Amino acid sequence: MDGRTDDRDVKTLETAEPLTGPDRPGLALVAVPHEERLDLEPADEAIRRGDVDAWGRSERVRSLARSLYSPMYKYWFRVEWEGLEHIPRDGGALCVSNHAGAIPSDAPAIMHGIETELGRPVYGLAEYLFRAMPVVGTLWSRVGGVPAHPDNAYRLLHDDRELVLVFPEGTKGTGKHYRDRYRLRRFGRGGFVEIAMRSGVPVIPIAVVGAEESMPILFKSRRLAALMNIPYFPITANTMLLGPAGLVTYLPAKFKIRVLPPVHFDVPSDQERYPRARVMEEADRIREQIQEALYDMLRTRRNVWLG
Amino acid sequence: MRVLVTGLGTFWGSRLAQWLETLDDVDVIVGLDTAEPRLPLERTEFVKADSNYSILDRIVRATQVDTILHTHLVVDSTELSGRALHEINVIGTMNLLAAAGAAGSSVRKVIVKSSTLVYGANYQDPYFFRESMPRTRAPRTRVERSLLAAASFLRDFAIDNPHVTVTKLRFGNVLGDDISTPLSKALRLPIVPEILGFDPRLQFVHEDDVTGALGYATIHDVPGVYNVAGDGTLPWSEVCAIVGKRRVALPPVLTNWAAEPLRLLRVVDLPPEVLSLLRYGRGVDNSPFKRAGFRYRLSTAGTVDAFARSLRLESAVGDKNPTYRYERDVETFFRHSPAVLRDGGAT
Repeated sequence: MDGRTDDRDVKTLETAEPLTGPDRPGLALVAVPHEERLDLEPADEAIRRGDVDAWGRSERVRSLARSLYSPMYKYWFRVEWEGLEHIPRDGGALCVSNHAGAIPSDAPAIMHGIETELGRPVYGLAEYLFRAMPVVGTLWSRVGGVPAHPDNAYRLLHDDRELVLVFPEGTKGTGKHYRDRYRLRRFGRGGFVEIAMRSGVPVIPIAVVGAEESMPILFKSRRLAALMNIPYFPITANTMLLGPAGLVTYLPAKFKIRVLPPVHFDVPSDQERYPRARVMEEADRIREQIQEALYDMLRTRRNVWLG
Repeated sequence: MRVLVTGLGTFWGSRLAQWLETLDDVDVIVGLDTAEPRLPLERTEFVKADSNYSILDRIVRATQVDTILHTHLVVDSTELSGRALHEINVIGTMNLLAAAGAAGSSVRKVIVKSSTLVYGANYQDPYFFRESMPRTRAPRTRVERSLLAAASFLRDFAIDNPHVTVTKLRFGNVLGDDISTPLSKALRLPIVPEILGFDPRLQFVHEDDVTGALGYATIHDVPGVYNVAGDGTLPWSEVCAIVGKRRVALPPVLTNWAAEPLRLLRVVDLPPEVLSLLRYGRGVDNSPFKRAGFRYRLSTAGTVDAFARSLRLESAVGDKNPTYRYERDVETFFRHSPAVLRDGGAT
């Protein structure tokens, strides 16, 4: 307001009583402090009928999914971890992993492992397209999937201090031929590093061995992919061997997951932007680390199925 | 304070005028609308205008108002034809701001009630829109386009008139005892529609928090754009569960066509912007307005619960509010006749 209204006694208005007097029921225009509010209204927990959180994740659905997936995790992929102690028990952290398998088998394995071992939820960032699919999109979000929007990632990491999993290769990783296995694709445009810097959280590089062989892509049909408006249309070894059942059956490759030491960035958080060169340099370094770890793990692997 | 309220004949306009009447330092309240007020008002002067406010310039000059509360942006496209909606939202806002920004204008504060509809609802959206974030897909419906056009007029006005405090409040989905919206109508049905396979995250704000927020911006200076919606989000399925309703699924493809018979049979009108909301949902970041000092009475869950309570009361005792009818002669008598003792006769 300008000078004309400056002489008004704004103070009295600010400290005026809540306007919920008997003459104007239901109109509360002056702030009711939060503490008082809780006495007047039932708390959200008393009202809620479900446990879906702000991100669409439901611990109930998630634990059901875990118990269904558990036999697969234990007896099919026989997942083995090393370096789990590098994943923090609290506070935000961005887990970054290589990505493989026509229908990626690494995301559920990593999320299941961390959730059962550490007892804290993991949110997986993924392609927006999931959200547009009926049923699949809803289930995906109930088990912890979140569209990979930079602001979603920032809120999860910075505001909610959660554990977030991202695959910077995206569909370029899952859509690669079997002959290119364990050769990392480009790590996007380094967006994951920028998000970690902005959120002030470390990046935790993760190397996964086994996913490549669980559903190897032998051929791809560009025409069918274009027709169905999906990133790639794979013809996998699974479908060659098992026919349509191969769409939903993984080969029993032995999974090994190695967690590398957290990478901290020595930059202030919450900046508008970060130097492009620095971001790319860090992204490349993390990619190198994961690539090296993969080669190292493959050197010691005697058998694809037995480890 | 001398206040002009647009849309006096709407729910919000009447509510706000009623509240302004209780403030001692509000000297003059002028209400403008094509329709008559919905609630009994004591000292608000009602001016009947045409829908695009062409007489506004004269009113602003004659009454020397310093604050304009622009509540007359239509966000419910089921109420009006597309053309009428455009007249009110775009041309009405344009004329209003032209009058407010005219040379020698006494207006020092403009508060606009807009909607989070301006963000749209799309699968590429962030889960919580910040005020600065643009929508991810061009608007397809007339109501969204008209709100965006009004927003650009307001932006220009704010730039051209730096001495005026301009506040724009974008309200989330409103529920309450009295307000009627497409979603509240849907929730009143015996079986509530949903889209098969989708369970969107929705955010609600209670009607009292809406008037509360507009009032807060009137008595405090909070320039800028703010989202106003209760804390937290709820899946549509849970909203229905709290209200105690079963759901019926509309097909996920050709949903607009499937909703058409419902509209024709006058069961419920779910326009495209509401259907995309029922598909993808929408969340907004409400923290900037809280940082500006506003406190919500109810969260999203609290709002849905309050709505469920009022539905239960309604089904038990029937419609509890007799509708008010504005009668010009009676109003003039009460306001201006020397026979009426005002303020307990202390004149």
